[in-house]
Amino acid sequence: MGEISQIQIVAITVSLLLFLFIMYLVRSQRLKEEYSLLWIFFSLVFILFSFWRSGLDYISDFLGVAYPPAALFMILLMAIFLILIEFSIIISKLADKNKSLAQEIGMLKERLKKIEKRS
Amino acid sequence: MKTLIIIPVYNESANISKILDEIAEMFPQYDALVVNDASTDGSGRIAEENGKAAVVNLPFNLGIGGAVQTGFKYGRDRDYDIALQFDGDGQHQVSEIKKLVSVIEEGGADVVIGSRFNEKTVGFTTHTLRRIGIRIFQGFSYLMIGQKITDHTSGFRAYNRRSFCFLANHYPTDFPEPEVVILLGRNHFVIKEVFTQMLRRQGGVSSIPLAKGPYYMIKVMLAMFMASIRSRIITDNKKL
Repeated sequence: MGEISQIQIVAITVSLLLFLFIMYLVRSQRLKEEYSLLWIFFSLVFILFSFWRSGLDYISDFLGVAYPPAALFMILLMAIFLILIEFSIIISKLADKNKSLAQEIGMLKERLKKIEKRS
Repeated sequence: MKTLIIIPVYNESANISKILDEIAEMFPQYDALVVNDASTDGSGRIAEENGKAAVVNLPFNLGIGGAVQTGFKYGRDRDYDIALQFDGDGQHQVSEIKKLVSVIEEGGADVVIGSRFNEKTVGFTTHTLRRIGIRIFQGFSYLMIGQKITDHTSGFRAYNRRSFCFLANHYPTDFPEPEVVILLGRNHFVIKEVFTQMLRRQGGVSSIPLAKGPYYMIKVMLAMFMASIRSRIITDNKKL
């Protein structure tokens, strides 16, 4: 590792803060563990690359990307994509559960009304 | 056989009482269930005051699919043998109910769709563009499930217990009518059609405005295609 540049200090600070922030959210139970996994994984990836600068060169070399920061953008975009897809899955699941609840509530109210009328 | 007539309604205060009266008069042996999909015009209250049907009021609007599925769940929980979907917008005629139910009673199919197109259609002229769209659906679904269905968008249907219990668990929400055809076909349910006369709607608005037709078609075909690539839920290939 050569000398530490200004941008590297910023990158390290930001990615560490991101990681700590996610851990804090999980600890205070504002973020469920199961939904935090992708965030934790990608914040670790960012920490890794902010310390290990030549790693980015390796990756861009391997992928045939001429400009190493572009590889970083690609990783970032992939992270965002994956997390957004996860969100869509979660929303679909919630919508389904939400529908079932509405149906059950409707049927229970009907049953309740019948019972109330009888007594 | 215990038969349940499921009437999904959304803002049909003008029609609902008349429909319930007719059903009670013509088919006193069947039970009626109104699923009020969070109407804002008091349809639910009118149905309750009518007193001839059970009324389930959904807490918020689920769309036609969610409403009909509620009826299937109700039928499943109360041991009905046959469930019939009868749209509450005045398009369907109460007198035609028997045609559908009797096919199920005789065990001729798992699902019967009341179609507008099986015989020379009397009293129902639909727009040319809509006809073309309907033709395209026919070819498309034949490719997908190998059963010839002429009227995918008809909401006039009868189900035996096995098929409506299946749908109580798996009901598409986006474009339920055409998607259900694919879903059932893919899971080896036998679908039949009988010709039924339908009226022009008497109140409410069509769920498919003509101007949005092509857009609707593409969305529906996409949904049908999605339904057809979904993994089969019932996997054994035996004829049931």
